[in-house]
Amino acid sequence: MPHHNTKENANMSFSEEVTHRHGGETLTACYQCGTCASSCPVARLDARFNPREIIKLSLLGEKQEILTGDAIWLCTSCFNCQERCPQDVEIADVIYALRNIALEAGNSPNIYADFASALIADGRIVAISKFVEKKREEYGLPPLKAVHVEALNTILSATGFTKPEKKEASQ
Amino acid sequence: MTSYAIFLGCTIPARQPNYELSARKTLEKLGVELVDLDGFTCCCPPPIQSINLESSQAIAAYNICLAEEAGLDIVALCNGCFESLAMVNAALKKDKELKTHVNEVLAKVGKEYQGTIEVKHFLQVLMEDIGLEKIKANVVKPLNKLNVAPFYGCHSLRPSKLLQLDDPERPQILENLLEALGATPLEYRNKLKCCGGLLKGISDDTALALAREKLMNTTKAGADCISTLCPFCFVALDIGQIQVKSKYQEVYDIPIMHYSELIALALGVDPEELAIKSHKVKADKVLEKIA
Repeated sequence: MPHHNTKENANMSFSEEVTHRHGGETLTACYQCGTCASSCPVARLDARFNPREIIKLSLLGEKQEILTGDAIWLCTSCFNCQERCPQDVEIADVIYALRNIALEAGNSPNIYADFASALIADGRIVAISKFVEKKREEYGLPPLKAVHVEALNTILSATGFTKPEKKEASQ
Repeated sequence: MTSYAIFLGCTIPARQPNYELSARKTLEKLGVELVDLDGFTCCCPPPIQSINLESSQAIAAYNICLAEEAGLDIVALCNGCFESLAMVNAALKKDKELKTHVNEVLAKVGKEYQGTIEVKHFLQVLMEDIGLEKIKANVVKPLNKLNVAPFYGCHSLRPSKLLQLDDPERPQILENLLEALGATPLEYRNKLKCCGGLLKGISDDTALALAREKLMNTTKAGADCISTLCPFCFVALDIGQIQVKSKYQEVYDIPIMHYSELIALALGVDPEELAIKSHKVKADKVLEKIA
């Protein structure tokens, strides 16, 4: 199993690009049975999302449709599909790999820029206000410990973390 | 004395003192020591894994290293933190190549992942370290009048290959722990389906439709409350009821209670000490049935 992400090169098909990514390794084992789609809580409610379709389009090399569409962002990462896949396709992980690729190409819902900014600035994705910190004392909770923000940022740089940019007109 | 490094994550200290207070008081009463370690960062849950899976794994490993250095296992309260950390811990123990790669990254911050500790969910500490018998023996206010809809959320159970908390299709740990308090756990439709929480800010309509289903199905089953394990499920179903009311004109008025709150109350902790007033849907109906 390759662990160094291999970035796209000219000779690589899209499905190869995905299988060379963290999370994407199992993509090609899919035989399109649809167990994923019938286990999916979102597919029942939102016609834009169908995990079987995402896998199929990835296998067929429909890169633009995958990377610029809404679909890959509508997975709740609930892992029901992954639990039940008879071929052990790690579907939710494949979707992480697709999101990682889409994001590097500059396509992601704006909320990811907020998560990334908070993570880089505070080492947390939900900010903790001074008011809340003070409240802890009243509740008898111990003060919060310092967060190793610097180490976290060193790790982000060492692993090629790209901060997603907000798009003005999207969403 | 059993000791754990408590991993609070982001959402619990930012928004849910009720979870933290009830979990700390419960474990204290049952003789588990909690240590607050320096340095823990965000666990890097699905939203960060969506940005960069490799960064997320390395940061989770960094946090595990901090507990390894202290010689302590980790207890996580939030499903998201539990999943992120336990998944990486299990993967690194199994996969030498991944471990080598992650350690190359961690060397830049002076750490090395060893694989010497466990990451446990709050429920696992209750079940494995304390046990049902000891919990039953410590109940002073049995929840005999309460019909409870157990709700695991997703990331306590799945991906089960790595998390191994319970059977992902027919889990029993939460039901057993509810029964130990005297409560009656209920079956209901789509019990193991997602709360929708992770779609907030991406597709609010779909997120709310998922939460609404959960409220509908638990109400139909006759639940006095829904018992959650995760701060995101809690928010989706608690604040979610206000949103469901304005969008669908439906009023459920069903209290959402973290399991930690139910057990703290059963062990005799005064509700005034638990910040239960921070719930949007008032828990009075539940408290009356316990008094």
